[in-house]
Amino acid sequence: MDQKELHALEAQCTQEHAPPCTAACPIHVDVRGMLAAVAADHFDAALALLTKRLPFPGIIGRVCEQPCRAACNRKDLGDALMIAALERACAAYGAPPPPKRRLPGRGKRIAVVGGGLSGVTVAHDLARKGHRVTLFEATERLGGTLWETSEDVLPRDLLTGELTQALSDGVEVKLNTPVTTALLDALHADFDAVYLGVGQGPKADFARELLAGVAPDTFTTPREGVFAAGRAIAARPTFIESISTGQRAAISIDRYLQRVSLTASREHEGAYITQLYTNLGGIAPVPVIRPTAPAAGYTRAEAVQEAQRCLQCECLECVKACAYLQHYGSYPKQYVRQIYNNLSIVMGTRQFNTLINSCSLCGLCGEICPYDLNMATICHEARQTMVAQDRMPPSAHEFALRDMAFSNGAAARLARPAPGSERCDYIFFPGCQLSASAPEHVERAYADLREMLPNVGLLLGCCGAPANWAGRSDLFAEAQAAFRADYAALGGGQVILACSTCYQMFKTHLPDVPALSLWELFSEHGLPPSAAAPRSLPGPLAVHDPCTTRHESAIHESVRQLLREMGLRIEELPFNRERTECCSYGGLMWLANREVAETVVQRRIAEQPLDYVTYCAMCRDFFADRQKPTLHLLDILYEDDLTARAMRPGPRFSQRHDNRARLKRRLLTELWEEPMSEPPAIPIQLLLSEEVAARVEKRLILEEDIREVIAYAERTGNRFHNPQTGHFLASHRPANVTYWVEYTPVDDGYQIHNAYSHRMEIVMQPEKAE
Amino acid sequence: MSDVPLSEAPPPWTCARCGEPLTLGEIEVAYLGSAFPVKLWHCKRCRLVLIPEELAQGRMLEVEKMLEDK
Ligand code: SF4
Ligand code: SF4
Ligand code: SF4
Ligand SMILES: [Zn+2]
Repeated sequence: MDQKELHALEAQCTQEHAPPCTAACPIHVDVRGMLAAVAADHFDAALALLTKRLPFPGIIGRVCEQPCRAACNRKDLGDALMIAALERACAAYGAPPPPKRRLPGRGKRIAVVGGGLSGVTVAHDLARKGHRVTLFEATERLGGTLWETSEDVLPRDLLTGELTQALSDGVEVKLNTPVTTALLDALHADFDAVYLGVGQGPKADFARELLAGVAPDTFTTPREGVFAAGRAIAARPTFIESISTGQRAAISIDRYLQRVSLTASREHEGAYITQLYTNLGGIAPVPVIRPTAPAAGYTRAEAVQEAQRCLQCECLECVKACAYLQHYGSYPKQYVRQIYNNLSIVMGTRQFNTLINSCSLCGLCGEICPYDLNMATICHEARQTMVAQDRMPPSAHEFALRDMAFSNGAAARLARPAPGSERCDYIFFPGCQLSASAPEHVERAYADLREMLPNVGLLLGCCGAPANWAGRSDLFAEAQAAFRADYAALGGGQVILACSTCYQMFKTHLPDVPALSLWELFSEHGLPPSAAAPRSLPGPLAVHDPCTTRHESAIHESVRQLLREMGLRIEELPFNRERTECCSYGGLMWLANREVAETVVQRRIAEQPLDYVTYCAMCRDFFADRQKPTLHLLDILYEDDLTARAMRPGPRFSQRHDNRARLKRRLLTELWEEPMSEPPAIPIQLLLSEEVAARVEKRLILEEDIREVIAYAERTGNRFHNPQTGHFLASHRPANVTYWVEYTPVDDGYQIHNAYSHRMEIVMQPEKAE
Repeated sequence: MSDVPLSEAPPPWTCARCGEPLTLGEIEVAYLGSAFPVKLWHCKRCRLVLIPEELAQGRMLEVEKMLEDK
């Protein structure tokens, strides 16, 4: 990711864009912030926010034309917020914040012609910036067209009070001083800049030519050093526009005096339409609160009540949908920057490694985001970068990579054409996790496929997804090369996939290999011959689509069709099909961040009280392990006792290895009548209590690791002994991890009491005794 | 890691080969190129070193994680 890509990605997330009210407000009052403060009865804070943008809250609170209301997201849900009335309440109940200090004097003199809203605004803004301002007003009072507002609405003392107050610091006001063409020439010669806020009608005649040539973004006139805004040039002659154009003209004048660009970075001045998306689904209408005494405006309590109707518009759509995005307390715009910074660190702590490694790469966010920002792509690329930089924490994915190596190693990998055939029309690739979780179903499906189709070969192994998820392009390429080699040796054919992750990997990375899912095949060719006879079926099940099928609507359809064909009633989860959620196995989230993964899976299983049915072995095992009865589609095809089957916990990691190895051994001997050339695992019988087995599993220690420690300790005699308990304690470091095992030899093997591990290595041995 | 408050009480373990009680001594452990002195129980005769579970699953794990993010 370079700077440019970073900015492009940041721009895709609009969470920080203004809410519609603020964008539609010509002076961009922070309406949302102000209303949050009012809703909490914090009027001082609300007024402080308001006066940041608006020097005359009392006046505007009474006369504003409120273009913001037309944009308010509440408008069809009980009517738009009464924003001006709430501003008036802020002015009434909030303590005015201490006046902002003027910048130190800068010796420039500015003449402001016209004491209407725009002129007063310009004078006020430029005085605050440290300029010396003289305001010339033709009549005997400030306020211009404000005086056309009825006195009931706009009390005169308030009108003069706020305007005078705004000019109290650094502005010399000359009333009864009409400006003529001659005087304008004199001002132009005398002052560093002139502002014309002369309004409409005959009084503006002297400046007609200048006004006709005003530039709409910078408010310059054809005459250098003369600027004009306000009603005189307004497309929409409103009070709030006069303040807005006045403020922007003041910016131009200040820049002109500093001799900097008048045009640079002035986008989003004045009213615009925000890109912020706010989901209004499920929001109940709440009727607008009207002041009981309209002339007096809201009471404090009424204002609070009305402000509470504000929706506090924001996006966060993806964050609401993803427990991972929620976990880190922010949103993608921030995450993208954090990831970018993390990748750029040369020295120091890379505190966002875990954030990068915790995404399940499921892509739901990209599906949900109105601007298609997909954290999966970003996190996946970041992982590849980390690996390339040699900065990937070794512990992050090692366990899964070992698991993959096992599946593709001699003990579990197998590639054969159908028994008795030479060539393959089809190749069944069940995937490593189905072979680990339900090897008997792999066998049965393979038998069915051979009955249904000619020349169905078999390929047991892993598609390489763990390496892909871990950002290990090298290992992923290796896994694919292994597949290609076997595929070529089998003579090609159509690949039948039973795992949706394999399917995704094949489709994306082996697009030239013809592949289809087992579910599509069954739904086209009819139920497999060995499918279970009609039996008592469970009540309705909710379908969980594995996240790797997100864009596979054909698979979604086939699965539903199969389920119906089997006589099942199904219901849909609120997040399904292209909006489905990950079970937490995806992207190796479960390994990189167990806390987030647990939240993710718990959230998913709580979405529906019904039992689930799915078609990914990992999803099924993850759910069932957390006491959510879940069936695999193959369970429904092949099992009789579905109630028991749905509760079956997934096999432990060690068992998963054994299952794969046994599957290979059995198929080899039974179908191909070949002996297995690879020796079985170290023949050491282990006895583990449930409790120890669970602890060891959590620590990602496999029984094969334990066997190696014991074999090593027994061979070398390197072990400790506890004379009280009779236990032995020994360690061994086959590769990057040192495993410790506490055990007792018993008749038929070894009783395991405990096991733990560490990655640190002893580099300096203790001195040897003399 | 020398700040690890290891209990100074001798562990229940003896060296199975030498039958010796263990002695406490400074030993160096390392991960990803960073080395730390740490006091560990070991057999004075055959130099077998004990890394107890509390240390492995506790402070050592923390330091490993920290170093992995460096
Ligand atoms: S959905 Fe998420 S990424 Fe997209 S704009 Fe909203 S907050 Fe940003
Ligand atoms: S609901 Fe509140 S934040 Fe949303 S547009 Fe209306 S005033 Fe603004
Ligand atoms: S877990 Fe899925 S939804 Fe969440 S950020 Fe990653 S890809 Fe997006
Ligand atoms: Zn010894």
